[in-house]
Amino acid sequence: MSGFLGAGAAVFRRELRVALRRPAEWLQPLVFYGLIALLFPLGVAPGDPALVIFAPAIIWVGALLSALLGVERLFRSDLDDGTLEQLLLADAPLGLLVGAKLAAHWLLTAAPLIVIAPVLGYGLGLAAGPIEVLTLSLLLGTPTLIFTGGFAAALTVGAPRAGILLPILVLPMMTPAVIFGGGAVRAASAGLPPDAPLYFLAALLALSVTLLPLAASGALRNAME
Amino acid sequence: MWTWFHRLASPPTFYRLANLLTPWLLALALALLAIGVYGGLYLAPADYQQGDAFRIIYVHVPAAALSLSIYMTMAVAGGIALIWRMKLAEIAVVTAAPIGASFTALALITGMLWGKPTWGAYWVWDARLTSELVLLFLYLGVIGLNQAYSDARTAARACAWLALVGVINVPIVHYSVQWWNSLHQGSTILSIDGIAKPKISGPMLWPLLLTLAGFYLFFGAALLRRMQNEVLLREKNARWVQELFAI
Repeated sequence: MSGFLGAGAAVFRRELRVALRRPAEWLQPLVFYGLIALLFPLGVAPGDPALVIFAPAIIWVGALLSALLGVERLFRSDLDDGTLEQLLLADAPLGLLVGAKLAAHWLLTAAPLIVIAPVLGYGLGLAAGPIEVLTLSLLLGTPTLIFTGGFAAALTVGAPRAGILLPILVLPMMTPAVIFGGGAVRAASAGLPPDAPLYFLAALLALSVTLLPLAASGALRNAME
Repeated sequence: MWTWFHRLASPPTFYRLANLLTPWLLALALALLAIGVYGGLYLAPADYQQGDAFRIIYVHVPAAALSLSIYMTMAVAGGIALIWRMKLAEIAVVTAAPIGASFTALALITGMLWGKPTWGAYWVWDARLTSELVLLFLYLGVIGLNQAYSDARTAARACAWLALVGVINVPIVHYSVQWWNSLHQGSTILSIDGIAKPKISGPMLWPLLLTLAGFYLFFGAALLRRMQNEVLLREKNARWVQELFAI
């Protein structure tokens, strides 16, 4: 048993090490996120009060798009250099290895987004309380996003003509996360308790973290046949 | 005991059986639709609130019901395809998707046409409308995924995985959207519930049941025909296909 967990930890460490040697991989989503948050205010009049109302949507949709940027490469480079085959042949259950890989990917690409989200929220005019809820909602919601994206990446890894397909597969599935994430911030802005939507986000997190690695490994096996 | 099941799963047997069934399904579907449409458009009285506008229900409700049923069909076929690796189930997954997308689009369009005279707007961010729109995107995802692969069987099994994950996702989307709307206090309180739930009178009801049955039978006929075409395409080098079309 500890052997399996050790294999998961090894995959986790390997992901971090590979990514840290290519900083562009995790820096670019961050830059992209900042740019999205910069362009939205430019589309409305300076100091428009509507911006505060739309801030949760801007920050959440921006986080979705930025996090999706890196997901497409998640299994592609492993497929090219043969790592993926080794993972499939490994003794440890594939679902565990895929889960470890996705967790590392979350730490690399989504966690930095959560760190700068409060800054963007402040820039868009959110108050301190809603910013706190916003950060919490992203903390609960982004793993769901990465795991859903990982499932879609596993589905398309063998497809030569995938192109823009990945966001088309992922974004409709992310509607609940956007609804609850935005809903929590709106509730906090209105002075209401944001607990209920946050609990929903946590439920989605539990569901996706447990089930999607299994579905993703099934899809990977299918793609590699 | 399971021999009939295995025999049914063999493409030539399926092809012949579908050839026998499809014309009957189609004829029955057209007959039911003709009677149902006649009953709905001529015999049923106009609604006391909505006037004649309500009559679009005879297209809208069956299309909306099918849009969900077809997704369920895809998921069940996907499960069979992944567990028993049955070729016909794989074919059912990929051939049902375009039909499902069409019915979803039909439900959305007829819903918009219905919404204009009764709600005063083509589109409101009502829970059902929004989740139906998300459903359309889910169908388009399956269609796109199927086209992204060059190997038909890999594509079909990838679609099966997507349909299985999607079928868990559909109720979550539905209820989250409902929750979103009820929190937000939308501009309109009207929902399809309010129109469908109250007791509908007999002369209005029976044509609806007939068109519902007609739509389902039509879906059965369309699915079988599409599956037949797909079977022929995939087995075009098999001997039974060559014999079928030998002159």
